[in-house]
Amino acid sequence: MTPLTVPEINYGALLPLLIILGAACIAVLLEAFLPRHQRWPSQVVLSVVAIAAAGVALGVHASGTTAEDLTAVGETNAVTIAGALSVDRPAMFLWGTLLALGLASVLLIADRSVEPGGAIVASAMERAAVGGGKPVSAAPGTSEDRGYGAPDQAPTMQTEVFPLMLFALGGMMTFVAANDLLTMFIALEVLSLPLYLMCGLARRRRLLSQEAAVKYFLLGAFASAFFLYGLALIYGYSGTIRFAEISDSLATSTRSDSLLFAGLALLVVGLLFKGSVAPFHTWTPDVYQGAPTPVTAFMAACTKVAAFGGIARVLYVAFGDARWDWTPVLWVVAVISMVVGAVLGLAQTDVKRMIAYSSIAHAGFILLGAMAVTEEGVSGTLFYLLAYGFTTIAVFGVISLVRDADGEATAMSRWAGLAKRSPVLAGVMTFLLLALAGIPLTSGFTSKFAVFSAALGAGGAVLVVIALVASAVAAFFYLRLVVLMYFSEPPADGPSVVVPGAFTTVAITLGVLVTLLLGVLPTLALGWAGSGGFVG
Amino acid sequence: MSPANYLLLSALLFSIGAIGVLVRRNAIVVFMCVEMMLNAVNLSLVTFARMNGALDGQVMAFFVMVVAAAEVVVGLAIIMSIFRTRRSSSIDDANLLKY
Repeated sequence: MTPLTVPEINYGALLPLLIILGAACIAVLLEAFLPRHQRWPSQVVLSVVAIAAAGVALGVHASGTTAEDLTAVGETNAVTIAGALSVDRPAMFLWGTLLALGLASVLLIADRSVEPGGAIVASAMERAAVGGGKPVSAAPGTSEDRGYGAPDQAPTMQTEVFPLMLFALGGMMTFVAANDLLTMFIALEVLSLPLYLMCGLARRRRLLSQEAAVKYFLLGAFASAFFLYGLALIYGYSGTIRFAEISDSLATSTRSDSLLFAGLALLVVGLLFKGSVAPFHTWTPDVYQGAPTPVTAFMAACTKVAAFGGIARVLYVAFGDARWDWTPVLWVVAVISMVVGAVLGLAQTDVKRMIAYSSIAHAGFILLGAMAVTEEGVSGTLFYLLAYGFTTIAVFGVISLVRDADGEATAMSRWAGLAKRSPVLAGVMTFLLLALAGIPLTSGFTSKFAVFSAALGAGGAVLVVIALVASAVAAFFYLRLVVLMYFSEPPADGPSVVVPGAFTTVAITLGVLVTLLLGVLPTLALGWAGSGGFVG
Repeated sequence: MSPANYLLLSALLFSIGAIGVLVRRNAIVVFMCVEMMLNAVNLSLVTFARMNGALDGQVMAFFVMVVAAAEVVVGLAIIMSIFRTRRSSSIDDANLLKY
């Protein structure tokens, strides 16, 4: 019997991931053992501290390793724990992006000033108990009536959402660093399962929220089954699931090529589903609309980052040598996504749905960069994800502030004349919409420029022309909302704009500042994004 | 018997599961079809492990089982919560979000 060799583990590289997942486990324990009124403060502190500590650990590791270290043989190599993870430069960049976006999302989710008591509640009974409606059965003074929080305090929210969020964040970080298909599959599930649950926790409009959760869950499980079958077929083709070894086997395998193509197709379907690329996008508008807005912000920004980080790595490291076989297919997919997102976005009457269709169009743009298997393609994709993530989080932060008696007023007609009621909010929203449209001096312009020039360099001139037309069409529906806010009379019973608490203010400000900075001074972030390629 | 037959069986089971997801109307049955797809993949994995003469495919099947179990926990919780509010587990009834 051959002795087992202990794999080398580079703890310095893995520390950010370990901190996030460890904090998630501690958060579960806090949820189990703390009395209710102490949970919210301790969960918020734990989440923020954990994300900040992971950021510091990442910074220390990133500044302490050089590009040579990452490719050198030995324990400084990016590939660690027996080849399961690869903490290379793109992975570090994406980890940083995910942690920053995660911090902003935690703040949005934790806010209790916008929706009194917080936007997250578990079941109809508790919703009634915390004051969202009349108590169903309980007489005053009973334990039901007290509900969440101390008796003399404002009712608090369901704090299980914090460990769920940390687990999802940990799954996303694993996903973008995964170096074999099995690790990728497990990470996909670890990031998806908490998100399915988080979608169903809205305090108001329960039916919409639960319907979104069911749709997301059933379609997500369906898509991950496709991913898994793709994994099995690739394993059958190459006899391995490590990306670098799959890449070697493309030239040497003796099995039928149809195994490879069927496997790759199924694998990519599973990944494109997560990135909400049309024609695998049907869940996106429903889930974005139904989920609680802070959760939508987290999902829209972070899932996109994770999915495209994973797609870029798989296409680049494992299947880069077969690019002539898959590029035409992904071309078609990217075109469909851009066209569907831009055209169907025109017809929307709900702000959250409109942003969802915009995210489908953006997914097409990001795919342009991800499928250009070049250094510029990778760095452009990374930069785009950073810019898009912050803009999206701020957009959903703003959406959560426009409210009327029934909660958020997401119908577009309700936003008419909002600039007269709240010039600041309308100004911020206009800036963010212009960034999504890709106007110069915003991050939207620089990031679009980065991916389009990468696609041009990889021979996709036609594709870039289509992308430009699609962004022009998409700009129309962003500007329609801007025109509506500035040039129509506000309705008499129009929604009011809530003055946000500190948490939401910080999250929106962060998003706006990054959007502006990446538009005016993109060099630093572009330098980070381009500081090294994937190490398989 | 040639191991290729098991691959055909696995493809067949996977297709039955996929078609079931598309045509069935009860959320629980749809979910069972997804589980069937995952188990069809398990059959493929162990067959390929046999054909490659390596063990890793069998180990992967264990990972898939654990993931499937975790998915059941989350899935049934979600389906239960919507059943409590709607008194129905038909996915045709959940039709508030559209267009």
